[in-house]
Amino acid sequence: MGMHKKKTIHSVMFHVGACLLGFVMIYPLLWLLASSFKSNDTMFLNPYSLIPEVWDAAKNYASGLEGVGGVPFWRFLLNSFEVTIVGMVGCVLSSLFAAYAFARIRFRFGNFWFGCVMMTMMIPAQVMVVPQYIILKKLNLIDTKVALVLPWVFGGAFFIFLMVQFFQGIPRELDEAAEIDGCGRISTLFRILVPVVQPAIITSSIFAFYWIWQDFFQPLIFISSPENFTIPLALNMYLDPDSYNNYGGLFAMSVISLIPIIIFFIIFQRYLVEGIAMDGIKG
Amino acid sequence: MLTPWLFGFVLMWLIPMIISIYYSLTDFNLLNTPSFIGLDNYVRAFTGDATFWQALKVTFIYVFFLVPLRLAFALFVAMLLNKDHRGLGLYRTLYYIPSIIGGSIAVSIVWKQIFGNQGVAMTLLGAFGIEQKTSFLGNTHTALGVIILMGVWQFGSSMLIFLSALKQIPGSLYESAMVDGAKPWKVFTKITLPMLTPTIFFNLILQIVNGFRVFTESYVITDGGPLDSTLSYVLYMYRRAFTYFDMGYSCALAWILVAIIGVFTVVLFKTQGSWVHYEAGRE
Repeated sequence: MGMHKKKTIHSVMFHVGACLLGFVMIYPLLWLLASSFKSNDTMFLNPYSLIPEVWDAAKNYASGLEGVGGVPFWRFLLNSFEVTIVGMVGCVLSSLFAAYAFARIRFRFGNFWFGCVMMTMMIPAQVMVVPQYIILKKLNLIDTKVALVLPWVFGGAFFIFLMVQFFQGIPRELDEAAEIDGCGRISTLFRILVPVVQPAIITSSIFAFYWIWQDFFQPLIFISSPENFTIPLALNMYLDPDSYNNYGGLFAMSVISLIPIIIFFIIFQRYLVEGIAMDGIKG
Repeated sequence: MLTPWLFGFVLMWLIPMIISIYYSLTDFNLLNTPSFIGLDNYVRAFTGDATFWQALKVTFIYVFFLVPLRLAFALFVAMLLNKDHRGLGLYRTLYYIPSIIGGSIAVSIVWKQIFGNQGVAMTLLGAFGIEQKTSFLGNTHTALGVIILMGVWQFGSSMLIFLSALKQIPGSLYESAMVDGAKPWKVFTKITLPMLTPTIFFNLILQIVNGFRVFTESYVITDGGPLDSTLSYVLYMYRRAFTYFDMGYSCALAWILVAIIGVFTVVLFKTQGSWVHYEAGRE
């Protein structure tokens, strides 16, 4: 009896603590959502409150959607989707090809090239941004969406690493049998292997989506005209106190910028949690 | 198969690396022809640039506080969640969400508002009778702390990695410890912690590399201020290149950062023999 009671108390304490921590973790998000509903005049009356005293959601969202610098917000949204989807698809495909090559094909300097992959994982991309900027400028690609996609479409070290590990867990007999049956490399990869490495592909796609969607550093440097802005750049411009002090609109657009990420997360949560456990990729 | 990645590697890494090394040895402002000045840029950083040292100091403090705090907290929460309770999936999700959205501008905007003037933190403390003259972000002693706190808040992905590592520790180890009557603290230090060292090691390297590239928070929340107290190294590199157009010097700063990360990685790898415990038969 005593043992049982102790266990219940333990369990209650656990849930109280876990809920408290959960509230703290999620509070900034709830705060953002609540603030996007508050009217500009009452925004800073009780800033910590999650319940708007004066609701002004429609005005906030409408004024946010008007955009900044003469460019409507949907333009930024479209740019972001364009860059993210092209970048993500290219990134995952290139990484898949590279991982397949590293895991299955013997070629000269294979280890050397894999070492190069690992090197690009250790060196922060920011370090390369000045020379990249100069190259893109020479190619007349500065201030185009191509510049935003280029760093991603050729694959990423994290994804190659993740997929190589996955390929190595698949018995070689599987693709050897396919090759004996007369499948070429490409069709072996897509017909036989892709279904098996699907979890790694999905995990990579999700992370690529997040990273490209939230990428701020490269757009900040490569893009200058507002009609090419992605959402992070647009939000940064909303924040500029000289050009804007409509907090309601700023918070409303911040909420919108997070929605695709949250939806993606809800749909693919299972893969994410497994993917992280599998490889330890940082989210 | 390797072609797409190889093309990207040459275009976005190899050529940039070579020209970056070259530019780091020149005086170059985008408009002039680069004039070769040998190691002057490096000498200038170490001997004649107080802001360089300030940025370095800020970044080191950031990494040295963020990485251990985040890992310790992630491990602590992972251990609490590694039990049989109802609703674990929900808690896991709640704690993980900040890691996913943490890199977005929207979240930086929220932190700026919460800890800024008239923000949540100030108002709440005011309600308890603690009046402050400046906000946490306006105070040179606390601004960096707020940014570190934001990083710790994103402990979720490390937590997931620890959770899966904890699940892989054989239960038989704990059972024999129970039989021997070992105290919980001893079980933790003698079984759990040693078994986790490979995971901790892997995380440590990833987090350190990631910590050194901190930019968005520093740029959006405080813009390096007040009085450069949150000026991150990458932000300083960015300013040198794109505010002062001091391209050669910025490239030199980039290579100093690569060297610092390289030293950390090598030292960690060298010391791993003495503290990282690998199971027999596992690499």
